[in-house]
Amino acid sequence: MLRFWAMGREGEVAAELVAGFEREHPGVRVRVEQLPWSAAHEKILTAVAGDATPDIAQMGNTWLAEMDALHALEPLEGLVDVQQRLPAADHFEGIWQTNQVGGRLVGVPWYVDTRLLFYRADLLRDAGHPQAPRSWVEWQAAMQALHAGAVPHPMILPLDEFQPLLALALQQPEPLLRDGGRRGNFDTPGFRRALDFYVEMYRRGWAPSAGEGEFGNVAQEFGRGRFAFYITGPWYIGEFRRRLPAAMQERWNTAPLPGPDGPGMSVAGGSSLVVFRRSKLKPEAARLIEYLCRHDVQQRFYGLTGNLPPRRSVWTQPPLATDDKARAFRDQLERVRPSPAVPEWERIVQEMQLVAERIVRGRMPVPQALQALNARTDAMLEKRRWLLDRGSS
Amino acid sequence: MKGNRLSWFGVNGALLAAAALAVAPLVWMVSVSLMAAGESSTYPPPLLPDAPSLDHYRALLERGGIARQFLNSLGLAVAVTIISTTLNTMAGYAFAKLHFRGRERLFSTMLAALVIPGQVAMLPLFLMLKGMGLVNTYAGAMVPGLAGIFGIFLVRQYARTIPNELIEAARMDGAGEFRTFFSIVLPVLKPVLVTLAVFSFLGSWNDFMWPLIVLNDGDLYTLPVALASLSREHVQDTELMMAGAVVTVLPVLLLFLALQRYYMQGLLMGSVKQ
Amino acid sequence: MNRQQLAAWAFIAPALAVIALFFVVPVVAALLLSLTDFDLYALADLRNLRFAGLDNYVHVLSMPLFWRAFGNTSYFVVIGVPLSIAVSLACAVLLQSKLARFKPFVRTALFAPVVTTLVAVALIWRYLFHVRYGWVNHLLSQVGILPIDWLGDPDWSMPTIILFAVWKNFGGNMIIFIAALQAIPEDLYEAARLDAAGPWAQFRHITLPSIAPTLLLVSILTIAGYFQLFAEPYVMTRGGPLQSTVSLLYLMYEEGFRWWNLGVASAVAFVLFIVIVVVTRVLLFATRAEGRS
Repeated sequence: MLRFWAMGREGEVAAELVAGFEREHPGVRVRVEQLPWSAAHEKILTAVAGDATPDIAQMGNTWLAEMDALHALEPLEGLVDVQQRLPAADHFEGIWQTNQVGGRLVGVPWYVDTRLLFYRADLLRDAGHPQAPRSWVEWQAAMQALHAGAVPHPMILPLDEFQPLLALALQQPEPLLRDGGRRGNFDTPGFRRALDFYVEMYRRGWAPSAGEGEFGNVAQEFGRGRFAFYITGPWYIGEFRRRLPAAMQERWNTAPLPGPDGPGMSVAGGSSLVVFRRSKLKPEAARLIEYLCRHDVQQRFYGLTGNLPPRRSVWTQPPLATDDKARAFRDQLERVRPSPAVPEWERIVQEMQLVAERIVRGRMPVPQALQALNARTDAMLEKRRWLLDRGSS
Repeated sequence: MKGNRLSWFGVNGALLAAAALAVAPLVWMVSVSLMAAGESSTYPPPLLPDAPSLDHYRALLERGGIARQFLNSLGLAVAVTIISTTLNTMAGYAFAKLHFRGRERLFSTMLAALVIPGQVAMLPLFLMLKGMGLVNTYAGAMVPGLAGIFGIFLVRQYARTIPNELIEAARMDGAGEFRTFFSIVLPVLKPVLVTLAVFSFLGSWNDFMWPLIVLNDGDLYTLPVALASLSREHVQDTELMMAGAVVTVLPVLLLFLALQRYYMQGLLMGSVKQ
Repeated sequence: MNRQQLAAWAFIAPALAVIALFFVVPVVAALLLSLTDFDLYALADLRNLRFAGLDNYVHVLSMPLFWRAFGNTSYFVVIGVPLSIAVSLACAVLLQSKLARFKPFVRTALFAPVVTTLVAVALIWRYLFHVRYGWVNHLLSQVGILPIDWLGDPDWSMPTIILFAVWKNFGGNMIIFIAALQAIPEDLYEAARLDAAGPWAQFRHITLPSIAPTLLLVSILTIAGYFQLFAEPYVMTRGGPLQSTVSLLYLMYEEGFRWWNLGVASAVAFVLFIVIVVVTRVLLFATRAEGRS
């Protein structure tokens, strides 16, 4: 009995997908365990700490460095038939890189994820903006036009989601950590610019100050026209298709994330499939990975979730090739940057968002906040510095 | 005498208002659980469902695996109740009626330990269970509830009121300590036993933090943990959440209603004996 | 050892073993853990463990978040405990009144929240206090009050949790007060009535002094309990918004089970323990001193 942990929407559809695997491999049963994203990181760490890991799991690729530091993952080179079935060249480069930690392949990309603009094309047109914004300036103009017109708060920007700010920060030339990931680098002009742009959206009233739970059902509200912009990921293609009526489908679209001077970078996210070192069913887990990354299964996966395949070859075939809502993602995926691959990153980025929230709510002036953020980051990286300088890893 | 009518209305009005406030959220919970999806997120918020349906309960049963979680909660609670009631009662009786050296000192030390928040022990306990291979098992989930200082205290308080002559008589008749305990003492302790059992069952059923930490297999989840997990995933599906809440709350509420006479009696007795 | 002593040990051994193994040992271990920098890296490889002495405690006491949590928890205790006790006592007094009718029904209703599962009712409150679709704001708007963002505004989040905790717990103390009130002899009240003392005077001069020991006990238990605030922030607000509902125990949980800084988490736990002991000691001392004078 293979234990497979999956999160969010992927968790919901995984059961369907593995049914096909079970048919092809009689004698192997797979049990899918669904975890909510907000608790997944904790749960996985707890499982590693308690020696109670499953056999195979979906894993956000920003967590791979952390898991590797814990020696929790089985290197996949010899286990999964990479050469034949999952050639590196077929994958988007940035994504394949995130799966290599310390020179070993510790995960196989399952789907890619990035954040870009979902928008109500009809509301935008009515406000005098027939095209989606391509640069920050255009974006601000569009939001202002909507704000002054029919949509008082055009932007859904939950204060407890760090991805939008992270994407804006990754559009800047400076890295977020310096010194080989030993120290924080948040007091740069680039990050300052990103932060100012982000905070501006709240100050001008384009985004209401609220956390995720306060929005209610996002799709419902988006459909009702209470919002016109949402920075989110590909699974929302599936969400909007399911939750909004057929008549509404023509009225929304996706566009690459605007950058400071034109279409900009976004986060190189996504999930990988990993096998845990303590698993007693490693060969079976490897077969499941190969199955889930097969062309036809990837296409089914896309159809069920809206999640985007990490393999270019799958993109060239329908339905993806002809999906107009996914086109912006194909474009954006060539402009993605990974976040720093340090085990402490999850905590650092939470701290970053907290500081941003504090600034938005007017509790802290910006220069002081950035100093504090750097200091906190340096403190969090102290053990890593000690270990690296000591020569172990 | 004139003021009496006013006072009567005042007192009973206040009490009924308080009772209504206490119970209103629970009634609302049931009402929403019968509403259609999304119905409660409209303005003005509705009080009663338009067309009551059991859809959400069906969904929880079919896709949420709630039957399994219910059985987990039930099984764990019953096991913990049986074991802890046994252990606590025996210890409580011993502290009350059996003489041994250091008895009072040991008891006061234990009472003092009541101040230590249980959560201090959680982290190392987790690591200890990991060493024993008990993480993510039913046994691991039961461990902290198997005996408790407060339970022992309750039993001791109650047992002290048993007349010594009763026990002496049994001893004179040649009965061993265990015999005496089972045939003479236990029947007298029945009210506090029920209180302890209900207390213990409630505690286990409602326990949240420890099962959250120690169980990571969905199949083993108890209702509170499953509900918390569900609420993170489906924060937008109010009606579904309320259906889950009903399934979690209703059994203990019913248990309490059925046994409240004993429960109240035990608590009242225990505190009067201060 | 005579037969009775042997039997006594046999009776207490199982319970004692459980408590020793699963409580005492971990508590001691927690103390030891708090003197190291046990974290994720150490979890992976014990050679990455360093002895930290009192460093963790220094670190905790200089963490702004710790003081935040301490402030939040104190806010909860200082407002919540008196409020909770007042409501419990008021309901107990009302229930004991000779004028009260439907006593069993009312008593059951008032005690019901205590029995419910916290996770479930916290969820209910989260929806009832929703800024747009919640019933509380709806009722307030009927009397002309603008909607309050109960759980989304950092200034209102803790008051909401306080209200919730009071609602959930007041029944427990109420029962204890009922028992204490029942023990007050009726002739005391008779005498007072003959002296033409009104209900409020009776309360102040007979009821309160008679239940003073119970009041003290309840206060200490409630304070100790309220310092251990955890589940409500975890389910309702996840410590937010802006960490306004991070309690000391929530901080411990985050440090320990979210970030796996077990050394720091254990230090937080012990600091909390010390705080509870100090506060309850001070309270006992203060009331004893007052009682003497």
